Amino acid sequence: MRKFDVNTVRKDFPLLARQVYGKPLVYFDNGATAQKPQVVIDRINQFYKEENANIHRGVHHLSQVGTDLYEESRKTIQGFLNAKFSEEIIFTKGTTDSINLVAFGYSKMLKPGDEVLITEMEHHSNIVPWQMACEYSGATCKYIPLNEKGELDLSQIDSLINSNTKVVAVTHVSNSLGTINPIEKLIEKAHKVGARILIDGAQSLQHFKVDVQALDVDFYVFSGHKLFGPTGTGILYGKKEALDQLPPYQGGGDMIKEVKMRGTTYNELPHKFEAGTPNIAGGIALKTAIDYFDSFDIQDLQKYEQELLEYAESEIKKLGGIRIIGEADEKVSVLSFVVDGAHHFDVGTLLDKQGIAVRTGHHCTQPVMDFFGISGTVRASFAFYNTKEEIDQFIQALKRALTMLG
Amino acid sequence: MKIEEIENEIIDEFGVYDDWMDKYEYIIELGKDLDLIQEANKTDDKLIKGCQSRVWLDSEMKDGVLKFYADSDAIITKGIISLLLRVFSGQKPEDIVTAELDFIDKIGLQEHLSPTRANGLLSMVKQIKLLALQNVEK
Repeated sequence: MRKFDVNTVRKDFPLLARQVYGKPLVYFDNGATAQKPQVVIDRINQFYKEENANIHRGVHHLSQVGTDLYEESRKTIQGFLNAKFSEEIIFTKGTTDSINLVAFGYSKMLKPGDEVLITEMEHHSNIVPWQMACEYSGATCKYIPLNEKGELDLSQIDSLINSNTKVVAVTHVSNSLGTINPIEKLIEKAHKVGARILIDGAQSLQHFKVDVQALDVDFYVFSGHKLFGPTGTGILYGKKEALDQLPPYQGGGDMIKEVKMRGTTYNELPHKFEAGTPNIAGGIALKTAIDYFDSFDIQDLQKYEQELLEYAESEIKKLGGIRIIGEADEKVSVLSFVVDGAHHFDVGTLLDKQGIAVRTGHHCTQPVMDFFGISGTVRASFAFYNTKEEIDQFIQALKRALTMLG
Repeated sequence: MKIEEIENEIIDEFGVYDDWMDKYEYIIELGKDLDLIQEANKTDDKLIKGCQSRVWLDSEMKDGVLKFYADSDAIITKGIISLLLRVFSGQKPEDIVTAELDFIDKIGLQEHLSPTRANGLLSMVKQIKLLALQNVEK
C-alpha cells in the first residue's frame, strides 16, 4: 500500500503543473473529468508504439498480446468491484453508454402498466434513456423526489416501489449536489418486489469502495475517465443472470456466434454486448488507472477529501451571500453554490480568468435546479490531488469576482 | 461611423489591457450602458435561450437604420452584447448583413461566440443578421 502524501501525488499528474492565462491552474472540475497520472498516459503510448493490433480475432502474435492485455483489464475491474465472474464486466464507452445499453434492453422487455422508478436528482443520462424506454414500451416512468437538503425523500418509497415496478435506476452519488444515496435500502426494496436495480456509479468509485456482491446490485455502471483513466472507456457490471435476460444492444462483429442470411445467433457474455472493435488502448489503460488508484488506502484518500470539503465549506461561508446547494448528511467532496445577485456564468468566467477551473450551469440535472428554483450553480469538485492552498486561491479569486460583480 | 471604424475603435480601446481581469472589469462597465429592451417587451419571442445565460433582443427600423435593444441575466454577457450593439445598432440593414465580426477575435473574446459556449451570444448575432436581412430594401 502506498502512503498518501499530496505533494508527492501531485507530481504523478503532469497537467496539474500547467498554467492558464499566466496563472497556476487550480483544477476543481474533477466531477466532470479527472486528470490522468503519467502511468496512464505512458500505458496508452506504449500500446500504440509497441502492441497495437485488433483483438479477439487474429492468429498473429500481437493480436494475442492485445487480447490478453484487454482481458487482464477485465479481470482487474472484476476484482476492483468484487464481481463474481469476469464476464459480468462489459466494456462500454462510458456511463451514458452503459445506461443506454440496459435501458435499450428494457425498452424491449417492458409492457404497458410496468413502471420504471428513477429519482429527481439523476443526471440527464439516467433520466432520458429511461424516458425513451418508457416511450417505446408504453411503461410509466416515476421518480423519487428530493428534500431541501438535497437528499432523496424516501417517505413515499413503499408506494413508489410496488409490484408494477420492473426496474429502479438511481445514482450512487449526485453529480450536482454530492449527496451519497442510501442505495443498500433501495436495492433491498427493489428486490422485495422482484424489480431489477441499476446504480449509476459515475461519481462514487473515485471516492469510496464499492462491492457489487455485498450490495447485491443487479447493474452498476461507471466511466473510466472520472476514475483517472482514459475518456471513451466505461463499464457495465451486471449480474450474469440479469445480463443474460437482456437482448443485445448493438449488432456487429464480435457479438455473434453464427451469422446466416436467415438469422444470427448471439455470442456469450461479455461479447454479446461488445460489438465492433472496442477502445483497446483505453480499456488496457483503464487497468493502469485502477491499479494506480488502488495502490492507495482509500480510507486515506477519503479522509483527505473530506478535510478539503469541510475547509472549503467553512471558508466560503465566511464570504457571506453564498448559498450552498446540497447539504446532505452524507456527501462526497463536491461544493455546489449560488451567489446572491450574481449569475453563475459571470462567477465562473471570472474564476476561469484567474486560473480556477470550476463548472457552472445545471450540470445536466435540470430537475434538481428546478427543485431549488435556480437556473444553475457554480460547482467545485475536489480530488485527492487538490490542496488547501488551492482552496485559498479559489476563495481569493471568488472574493475578487464578487467585488467586480457587486 | 461605419461598422469597420467602430470595430477598430473597440480594438484600440481593448489594446490597453494586458490583464484579463482588467479586460473583464471594462466589459462589466460597458454592460451598464446597454440600450435596454423594455421590460414589457421581454416576451418569449424575444428570448434567445442559451445553456448558461439568457439574452433578450428587440429591434426597430427608424430612418433607414436598424436600432437594437437587449438585455441578459448575466453581467458579462450584457457587456459583450453592449459591444455588439455598439457595432450594429444604428446601421443600415445591408451593412449589418455583410459585416464581419473580426473584432471579437482581436480583443480575445472569441470563446464567448463559440458554438459550444451556448451562452446565447452566437444565436444573438445570427438573430441580428436575420433581422437585418428581413429589413434590407427589396
